[in-house]
Amino acid sequence: MSITAEETRAQIVAETKTRNRALIDEVLKVYPEKTAKRRAKHLNVYEEGKSDCGVKSNIKSVPGVMTIRGCAYAGSKGVVWGPIKDMIHISHGPVGCGQYSWASRRNYYIGTTGVDTFVTMQFTSDFQEKDIVFGGDKKLEKIMDEIEDLFPLNHGITVQSECPIGLIGDDIEAVSKKKSKEYGGKTIVPVRCEGFRGVSQSLGHHIANDSIRDYVFEKQGAEPKAFEKTPYDVAIIGDYNIGGDAWSSRILLEEMGLRVIAQWSGDGSLAELENTPMAKLNVLHCYRSMNYISRYMEEKHGVPWVEYNFFGPSKIAESLRTIASYFDDHIKEGAERVIEKYNRLTKEVIAKYRPRLEGRTVMLFVGGLRPRHVIGAYEDLGMNVVGTGYEFGHNDDYQRTTHYVKDGTLIYDDVTGYEFEKMVEAIQPDLVGSGIKEKYVFQKMGVPFRQMHSWDYSGPYHGYDGFAIFARDMDMAINNPVWSLTKTPWE
Amino acid sequence: MSQNAEKVLDHFNLFREPEYQEMLKNKKEQFENPEPQDKLVQVREWTKTWDYREKNFAREALTVNPAKACQPLGAVFAAVGFESTMPFVHGSQGCVAYYRSHLSRHFKEPTSCVSSSMTEDAAVFGGLNNMIDGLANTYAMYKPKMIAVSTTCMAEVIGDDLNAFIKTSKEKGSVPEEYDVPFAHTPAFVGSHITGYDNALKGVLSHFWDGKAGTVPARVREPNEKINFIGGFDGYTVGNTREVKRILDLMNLEYTILADTSDVFDTPSDGKFRMYDGGTTLEDTAASLNAKATFSMQEYCTEKTLPFIAEHGQEVVALNCPIGVSGTDKFIMELSRVSGKAIPDELKKERGRLVDAIADSTAHIHGKKFAIYGDPDQCLGLAAFLMELGGEPTHVLATNGSKHWAEKVQALFDSSPFGKDCHVYAGKDLWHMRSLLFTEPVDFLFGNTYGKYLERDTGTPLIRYGFPIFDRHHHHRYPIWGYQGGLNMLVRILDKIFDEIDNNSNVPSQSDYSFDIIR
Repeated sequence: MSITAEETRAQIVAETKTRNRALIDEVLKVYPEKTAKRRAKHLNVYEEGKSDCGVKSNIKSVPGVMTIRGCAYAGSKGVVWGPIKDMIHISHGPVGCGQYSWASRRNYYIGTTGVDTFVTMQFTSDFQEKDIVFGGDKKLEKIMDEIEDLFPLNHGITVQSECPIGLIGDDIEAVSKKKSKEYGGKTIVPVRCEGFRGVSQSLGHHIANDSIRDYVFEKQGAEPKAFEKTPYDVAIIGDYNIGGDAWSSRILLEEMGLRVIAQWSGDGSLAELENTPMAKLNVLHCYRSMNYISRYMEEKHGVPWVEYNFFGPSKIAESLRTIASYFDDHIKEGAERVIEKYNRLTKEVIAKYRPRLEGRTVMLFVGGLRPRHVIGAYEDLGMNVVGTGYEFGHNDDYQRTTHYVKDGTLIYDDVTGYEFEKMVEAIQPDLVGSGIKEKYVFQKMGVPFRQMHSWDYSGPYHGYDGFAIFARDMDMAINNPVWSLTKTPWE
Repeated sequence: MSQNAEKVLDHFNLFREPEYQEMLKNKKEQFENPEPQDKLVQVREWTKTWDYREKNFAREALTVNPAKACQPLGAVFAAVGFESTMPFVHGSQGCVAYYRSHLSRHFKEPTSCVSSSMTEDAAVFGGLNNMIDGLANTYAMYKPKMIAVSTTCMAEVIGDDLNAFIKTSKEKGSVPEEYDVPFAHTPAFVGSHITGYDNALKGVLSHFWDGKAGTVPARVREPNEKINFIGGFDGYTVGNTREVKRILDLMNLEYTILADTSDVFDTPSDGKFRMYDGGTTLEDTAASLNAKATFSMQEYCTEKTLPFIAEHGQEVVALNCPIGVSGTDKFIMELSRVSGKAIPDELKKERGRLVDAIADSTAHIHGKKFAIYGDPDQCLGLAAFLMELGGEPTHVLATNGSKHWAEKVQALFDSSPFGKDCHVYAGKDLWHMRSLLFTEPVDFLFGNTYGKYLERDTGTPLIRYGFPIFDRHHHHRYPIWGYQGGLNMLVRILDKIFDEIDNNSNVPSQSDYSFDIIR
């Protein structure tokens, strides 16, 4: 009796599921009972046809387990606000938070740093004991005066709260209001992103989104002056221009005939934020960090929004067509023209790299978007993602993930250092994609690795131009001669 | 379209292609509400003036680009220097993600550390339950021999009591009663990472020496001939500690390196991840009470630890990151004096080799002006070395430098004609340094990776020195201490000087008459 290919596949999937379930049981054994119960809810094997991945998410990390997560401040200052280039973002509190997040996220921008642009600078109130005891509001006022004095071309200020601010009862809202008035209505945004709020970076994104709503949109009231709308205006939302991602995305939107009026927030400016409600459509890349403000603009200003994915040619083409569907034939033709234009590049990239990567397996653990968004790009190169999870995804992210993952994929939410290490050890993927804290752990183990937050100092990975770099980088990680050297030849 | 599969363009070149340049130009003009070019140029030039410098130095509240981090970073660094020890930082979890990233970006190594993950409810009710659960989990999962606790500013502001919390956790069975959980309060709003190092190290020593938080009798000191050695918060720990061990071995000394981070930040790639590697054993840590003396290579990293050790009856020797001939001489002579052991000929020969190298090269350094910023001891050690080479440490700046430190630097300046026109800046930041470099230019700048922004803005060539160094690899593997370390520093300085000379003399038919092949 012959076995069909389909039956073979089904058998492999069944075996994978059995192995993955056993692996989950195995890693849970290390925990004290209470913790094992809590962690069990975050680990699962994806069953095809289910509406989500069957894991709990966006709940508190367990103390002492080595979570990979960050905090609300990281979500607001590090992600949402930090890249707005013509504003000065004060890390308000002790020196550390601003120091560790100083220029480390690679949000590219054009501007004269220190004069009209401030992204890769660390402005801090450097709290001392007396500020904790007596409060920091007076100091904050003075800081704003000194900023106005020394950095006169800044277009606005944000106050990024660190943990102590909310604990000592400072009124940064009052200070911001007072100073804004004093400087003729200058945009000054107090942000309550203290690190202890919420369970991860995610609440920081939300708080930052809300502060844009309250202190940029609500404040400005009527339409900004001197802005002429066109029927083809879009804003890029949720692209932080890491290694230039937003640029290699923008160029495609412009080539299809759209006019990009704002970038949120990579290489973005206050004026662009202000203009965004004038857009015909908001195109949303990182849903997790900026869905809030997109929903707001939809409700308040009637601007529809659409998610897109610019990782890998399959998803790019699909996304270009989806975006075009909101516009007339001129744009629809533009989308086809763009897809056609880059067809040769795509083919050449795949011809060069796919044979070197075909069938290779990948395990991912990233933030709130990439654990699903990059899967298509790997598949374009013939690779399979066999495990994935989010640092700070919510249930709606795990629902969206079902459109990307295959039956039997191992799912791990807010993975702990221990779990990740044991799972990779057992599964032995050909590549792990995660962050700086994970990179060296796996490289020591002899497993090829790419940082999928910072693109390992490479990039862009978005768009067709970025896909060439992505493919090159994955090949260079996996087919690196160094991996054949980890074992001594004499043992 | 410029991108191609043949030779993939990276971000460096991709965005310089005409299609991107035009796109970026349009973006700016149409959407960014840019400042007019003349205004931009006017302000940019103004920031280079004495007028701006005066305003800049009049700052009282704002800090811009500081050269310091916060206490718990130093506490984590110290903790991983003990055998199989897991640092446990009580407070918000984001902080721990930051410390781990920061250290890993410098050393290109994993950094293991856990958090008690306190959130809003803990802010209201205190973090006791987080401590109880956290210790139990860490103990079960990562099987450390010791868990070293420190704090984030959140836990400090709400006033969590580590001693009481750890006691309660033990009562609740999180870890065995006799299990070692030293602790240190490390508020981020006091001092800097070097203060945290100091507090954490003192916390570990007082745990083992003074009776483990009252749970066992304090140890009685039984003096022996051993020497304790403390490196301080040191980005060169891998190279430095090994070099110091070599020197101590050459001198035939018995010693204990306290908080020995040299192996954990230099683990091999051989198919195995070592969460823990090397480090001071807990037995040695306890027995280090008996040592004859303790050497600290960085006085300002051990401002509390050294007096604590002295109170326990040991002689303490505080150095300031000794670099070069005289610095190393002092280190070795002090070792000899304290131990009564002779300095071996081999070290004498090494010294001669460093002097020889300096004699060969000093003409290129003599009379050159340098700016230095970094941690207090690292500034002192390097400034002394530069003066030894005939260089002038014109601006010496430490954001975490105290008045006491500034006096010490001034005394160093006063000790040599090369210090005549030099100035020290305690508590200032890199935006102050920017003004200094514009108004009183120097030939070269020493500093960490962030110094590259100063290099870009002021054109002062940067010689990377200190912590963190993110954008150059493997410097931490090469010692800067000992005569060998002095040689490494010398070569690093000379390479930069020669590269600059070549870069300034390489235009064909204009400047390349000086493009010499022998220098």
